[in-house]
Amino acid sequence: MAALTAPARAAEDSAKRVGGSRWTGYWLLAPGAIWLGLFFVVPFYSLVSASLFDPNGSVLTGYKVNYHVGNFATAVKDYHPELLRSLWYAGLATLICLVIGYVLAYAIAFKAGRWRNLLLVLVIAPFFTSFLLRTLSWKLILADHGFVVSTLQHLHVLGHDGRLLNTWLAVVAGIVYNFLPFMVLPLYASLEKIDGRLVEAAGDLYASPFTAFFKVTWPLSLPGVVAGTLLTFIPAAGDYINAQLLGSPGERMVGNVIQSLFTSSQDYATAGALSLILMIIIIGMVLVYIRKVGTEDLV
Amino acid sequence: MSPLARAGRWVRGHLVLGLGVLVLAYMFVPIAVVVLMSFNDPGKSKNVYAFRGFTLHNWEHPCGPAGMCHAVGLSVSIGLLATLVATIIGSMAAFGLVRHEFSGRGLANTIIFLPMASPEIVMGSSLLALFVSTGFGGRLGFWTIFVAHVMFCLSFVIVTVRARLAGLDDNLEQAAMDLYADERQTFWRVTFPLALPGILGAALLSFSLSFDDFIITNLNAGQTTTFPMFVWGAAQRGVPMQVNVIGTVMFVIAIAIVLGGELNNRRRARALVG
Repeated sequence: MAALTAPARAAEDSAKRVGGSRWTGYWLLAPGAIWLGLFFVVPFYSLVSASLFDPNGSVLTGYKVNYHVGNFATAVKDYHPELLRSLWYAGLATLICLVIGYVLAYAIAFKAGRWRNLLLVLVIAPFFTSFLLRTLSWKLILADHGFVVSTLQHLHVLGHDGRLLNTWLAVVAGIVYNFLPFMVLPLYASLEKIDGRLVEAAGDLYASPFTAFFKVTWPLSLPGVVAGTLLTFIPAAGDYINAQLLGSPGERMVGNVIQSLFTSSQDYATAGALSLILMIIIIGMVLVYIRKVGTEDLV
Repeated sequence: MSPLARAGRWVRGHLVLGLGVLVLAYMFVPIAVVVLMSFNDPGKSKNVYAFRGFTLHNWEHPCGPAGMCHAVGLSVSIGLLATLVATIIGSMAAFGLVRHEFSGRGLANTIIFLPMASPEIVMGSSLLALFVSTGFGGRLGFWTIFVAHVMFCLSFVIVTVRARLAGLDDNLEQAAMDLYADERQTFWRVTFPLALPGILGAALLSFSLSFDDFIITNLNAGQTTTFPMFVWGAAQRGVPMQVNVIGTVMFVIAIAIVLGGELNNRRRARALVG
């Protein structure tokens, strides 16, 4: 988001304030703020209370908050494999997205010429067909006797009865596929702003193309890298659609668990605790990451 | 220079572009499969994950599977209503943020950014916890889905419209004021038309997000079935091929809107120059 908001902030600071009393800003902001307050901020409070529910509550007997902190221990004890697996899959998928997304964003920003706008439309086009339908398509593409698997078996990349569907590879590939545009767009926004003369200057000073890339282009694109990796990693860690459709029960992620605890077993206490643990881990990782990379210009 | 060396140089010059196009192709393969499967004739086979023959049957009878078109209708109505509300209050907030002074800007920016950076499963389960604890647990349905959709669309609307407003040249507004337009006239005749492409883009984005949402919707829908929930339910048994017809139609409509907007922009730009 850094890419979008840096100019926004500059404009906010320098904009000519077009009239109105000094309350106009508040009035304009109020409906949106109230909506987000009531349905985004307050629900976190509800989630925290749900995580402290009496674990013996049920839909019939009702739920009581009895500050049962043990819910967190239960959640970690029962579901730490899913929790770790989610972070591992999301991390790996984010890394792959970064590599291939960077190539695409770089090609659009520097090599596409007059095709640039068309290519950008193509990047967001997948958003316009259903996420679920596209994931189901992967099920067909990676199916056991499908073209991809037979070719790979023929080339001895996969064993004779090797398969892709219902393996961790399919799940990670699905996550990469689904979240790639979230990586490409912020990367493009950062790359597009780079002054090509800087890279030329590096070349004039006898930097090889590789050196020029790693000393000039890459550091200048870091805000896009940070925004893109966050916008990919965070939703990927909570995703369960890819694991459900492309994986077997052995690839269950924490999202699958939370969803089934909430809807099937209606164990709100454990589900709430698990959901909160996921959020806390993500916020912790994001803070460390931002501090390491050293970007404050995120919001 | 030998032809071989020239070819080598051409490949090197176009390597990045070629790799980029490959990545784009990867993004489009599943969409091509959706379009292809809309013409699939699965016959009596239960294995619907294979192309068995060409038919127009799915396109002639799009509402064949029981309950599917009802689900599509519901998704469209929720999408339109949520888009309308989110676009109006989101654009107001964007104008407020860019054009007016106030304190607490940092807090406002954080609260706008957070919904885009939270996992959907966490947002969905928090909202469900809220509904359950306030006694709406038994009344989940159209309105709880609507509330949730407006919530997650808002941030995207604010960010999109704000980016458009920030990129505007405020000399135009100053010129209008110099020509004795009052504030109201300046806003409706200059600022608003200039912001409109951003607002329409935000609306299109909101509708796509709402129409496509599964994770948050599924937690807060109760017995109500939206189109993605229909697909999800069907995926456990065997997906009717007609879902691909709906997927294809949605895709074509959205692309037509985007390309139409782009062409319109180009025509206007040319009219201004010529």
